[in-house]
Amino acid sequence: MALQSLDIQRRSATTTPAPQARETTEIAKLIDVSACIGCKACQAACMEWNDVRDEVGNCTGVYDNPVDLTENSWTVMRFAEVEENGKLEWLIRKDGCMHCEDPGCLKACPSPGAIIQYSNGIVDFHQENCIGCGYCVTGCPFNVPRISKKDNKAYKCTLCSDRVAVGQAPACAKVCPTGAIQFGSKADMKDYADKRITDLKSRGYQQAGLYDPQGVGGTHVMYVLHHADRPQLYNNLPADPSISPTVALWKGVAKPLAMAALGLTALGSLFHYVMKGPNEVSKELEDEMERQAEAETEGERENAR
Amino acid sequence: MQVSRRGFFKVCAAGMSGSSLVAMGFAPNAALAEVRQFKLAHTTETRNTCPYCSVSCGVLIYSLGDKSKNARSTIIHIEGDPDNPVNRGTLCPKGAGLLDMVHSPNRLKHPEVREPGAKEWKRISWDEAFDRIAKHMKADRDANFIEKNADGVTVNRWNTTGFLASSAASNETGYLTHKILRGLGVVTLDTQARI
Repeated sequence: MALQSLDIQRRSATTTPAPQARETTEIAKLIDVSACIGCKACQAACMEWNDVRDEVGNCTGVYDNPVDLTENSWTVMRFAEVEENGKLEWLIRKDGCMHCEDPGCLKACPSPGAIIQYSNGIVDFHQENCIGCGYCVTGCPFNVPRISKKDNKAYKCTLCSDRVAVGQAPACAKVCPTGAIQFGSKADMKDYADKRITDLKSRGYQQAGLYDPQGVGGTHVMYVLHHADRPQLYNNLPADPSISPTVALWKGVAKPLAMAALGLTALGSLFHYVMKGPNEVSKELEDEMERQAEAETEGERENAR
Repeated sequence: MQVSRRGFFKVCAAGMSGSSLVAMGFAPNAALAEVRQFKLAHTTETRNTCPYCSVSCGVLIYSLGDKSKNARSTIIHIEGDPDNPVNRGTLCPKGAGLLDMVHSPNRLKHPEVREPGAKEWKRISWDEAFDRIAKHMKADRDANFIEKNADGVTVNRWNTTGFLASSAASNETGYLTHKILRGLGVVTLDTQARI
């Protein structure tokens, strides 16, 4: 068993807290949307490293291929053409798991150990524990996980947890030829983002900024956006993502209440057993009923005669 | 087996409460989770150059086994070479997908020839291929070599044959290619290798 197994921060459907004593470096991936040319090297590298292959798709008239995330395409380029300041802007966003600090998928997951959050920030799916219910898909504020039709289990970006565990950068970050995907400690990534934002502002993008949404506690995949005031320009990147109130209600409020109700029922039953005891029929009543039954059969026999 | 009505209810109740407790998270699960095993741990790492374009990115090829006598190598992963000054570990989408080119069923692995008038390609050995190329070159050069131009100046040109070299050709290979072909008088000579 690898030592990595001790570096768990959270585990789906598990109430016992994970070991917390050690602190590993919090890592992050920074996607500089302003430097992305949409070449999809990250898509190719992702599939190659993770041993998944998507179908050769069809051209739908736009550059998006595949048009959506799939169980095999854990990251896709989303191309948006918008007009800003009288100029056409081609905004290309690398979509995929954001590795939230407060992951909606993990909160929603009912299967123990199917979703793990490591202390370095990676949110990983463990398919052997996945029951394929799809709650993670509804729980995700970014609509990222996909259920495979082959094995009915959920798949998504792992931030190459296997590479990060041995000190390597994720495959997409390593491969990126323009340096639009950077990888390092979260603090370093924020520093780098600051430099990029200063540069973008000097080039006239006054609203340039970092996308690290606090609604989900911050993310371990962050974006540098030229229009950070309007993330929805980038193919509907949510401006203020948060875990769905339904998930928060069921897993946040309802779950402890249900557990309390269950406990009270068990306790009540115990008290009832102690105070009242089992529901028994007294000897007299039984004899009485037997006599009645006999009398009835006697009567029937007489009638028959 | 005889089960009384009461006994049946008892078994049901026990089963229900047990499964409910597990569903509510009371099951004593150990907090274990492992990442996927790092798949390159003891693979053989080989440096090479991407065969696609003239940028000639450095790649690292990872193959199964340690090249010991009985272990057959199979390429399982290819990624950029961080020590190569051209790409410093990065690759383009084609380079990132090199593994599938290596294992493609459509990949050309042997010399083939299509005889004049024939419709089919025929597999030949490397020796045959080199012989054929040499004979064709000799015949063409004998027929079309220009020793002197119209003014009587020695030019030693062979204009009817051109040569293209591989994108993965190194500086040294490029030097040899150049020396040999210029020696033969070839003028039309190019390589997309820029390394």
